[in-house]
Amino acid sequence: MIKIDQLYKDFGKLQVLKGISTSIKEGEVVAIIGPSGSGKSTFLRCINLLEKPTTGRIFINNQDITEKKTNIMDIRQNVGMVFQHFHLFPHMTVLGNLIYAPMKVKGQTKQEAEKLGLELLAKVGLSDKANEYPKRLSGGQKQRVAIARALAMQPEVMLFDEPTSALDPEMVKEVLDVMKSLAHTGMTMAIVTHEMGFAREVADRVLFLDGGKLVEDAPPQEFFTKPKSGRARDFLQKML
Amino acid sequence: MNLDFTSILPSLPYILRGIGVTLQIVALAGLLGFLLGIILSLFKISSIKVLGWFADIYTSIFRGTPLVLQLMIIYFGSPQILGYQIEPYVAAVLAFGLNSAAYISEIIRAGILAVDKGQSEAAMALGVPYRPMMLNIILPQALKNILPALMNEFITLTKESAIVTTIGVMDIMRRAYQVGADKYSFFEPLLLAGLIYYIMVMTLTILGKVIERRMRRGD
Ligand SMILES: Nc1ncnc2c1ncn2[C@@H]1O[C@H](COP(=O)(O)OP(=O)(O)OP(=O)(O)O)[C@@H](O)[C@H]1O
Ligand SMILES: [Mg+2]
Repeated sequence: MIKIDQLYKDFGKLQVLKGISTSIKEGEVVAIIGPSGSGKSTFLRCINLLEKPTTGRIFINNQDITEKKTNIMDIRQNVGMVFQHFHLFPHMTVLGNLIYAPMKVKGQTKQEAEKLGLELLAKVGLSDKANEYPKRLSGGQKQRVAIARALAMQPEVMLFDEPTSALDPEMVKEVLDVMKSLAHTGMTMAIVTHEMGFAREVADRVLFLDGGKLVEDAPPQEFFTKPKSGRARDFLQKML
Repeated sequence: MNLDFTSILPSLPYILRGIGVTLQIVALAGLLGFLLGIILSLFKISSIKVLGWFADIYTSIFRGTPLVLQLMIIYFGSPQILGYQIEPYVAAVLAFGLNSAAYISEIIRAGILAVDKGQSEAAMALGVPYRPMMLNIILPQALKNILPALMNEFITLTKESAIVTTIGVMDIMRRAYQVGADKYSFFEPLLLAGLIYYIMVMTLTILGKVIERRMRRGD
């Protein structure tokens, strides 16, 4: 479903991604872990072209999205993203957040968009908050709304960039639970996370990035019990 | 100090009618300045360099020369610029509108840049194109933050509008001056004009506070 071929990304003189190649199958859940500054966010942001790859190619459904003639907006509609700091639209209600893009971008009617929006709110357990403003929600609730907002575009792939890192500890579980049930529906997911327990339980594969390189690419069992590289061993030692 | 307002009392309605003229000029110029200011601010943050340059040069010219000069150039220059003489009233609206656009564009630009970058990223990640993103997501948040600064600009506009008297617009200022010339006593009518301006400015100030408070409650 997603194929990444020799992906390089520079910010001026700084080389952040140094030739990453991997692929993600349909329905697969991939956890991306690694030390701070290793390029995890940049990697994720290349997949929906929030960052423009310097060189290398990314295919989604066999379409090369790095080609000039691809419509970036079409790609982004199909690839949802959830951010560490939620980035809900503060001047819209929860339901307003959910229906804005489907109406504006996909041309759905208000009724269609609201129907889907309310269904999604029910799925993330926030039906009663439809008419609240984001300001009135807790962090965990905000992030669940952000997930629902991304899902409202009915994407085929979901990207998560440290979705629980900004949350108080007692709210982490409610968000992880939503992600877990999303994984069970067969959604293709790429998740940057520091939640090792979650990665181990939910991910089909773990990608370990270090210094802009893909150092390990293995099933969680293998990665967590016998990592091949010294870097991964050091990292796991610090994390666990 | 001997003050005698009784002699100008009959002229009071005449002076008060200037309020409408002043308010109209300020409202129209404010609207023009606001719309043009939004466009210029979008030019300034645009990735197309030529647009940015244009907006910067525009701003520096209108901020770098006296407003009264701009007013006179537009009024007395209109036969050469447009081929016909425009009304003083129109010249006033144009001059104040074009001038305040320069200031307002700076205010809005700062307001846009102050909106969290995550907002545009979230919109982009949803596949929202640039124009609706700006119009529906970024500008509403930017405008909310800059409302006090915008209100200040309109208040300045109201006070500065008194210079339209130099090209013969019948605003509060000119009417007061005329009454003074008529009665050979400028002090009282000018004091009266001052009071009117003061009340208008205070009203705008309070109005701004009310709107601000209401918006604050909204979120
Ligand atoms: N827009 C940018 N301009 C310049 N440098 C950037 C930019 N974005 C990221 N970087 C740099 O690229 C490197 C990798 O950043 P990235 O955010 O991808 O790391 P990360 O693995 O997500 O780290 P963290 O765990 O702290 O989130 C860092 O050195 C960062 O400073
Ligand atoms: Mg990161």
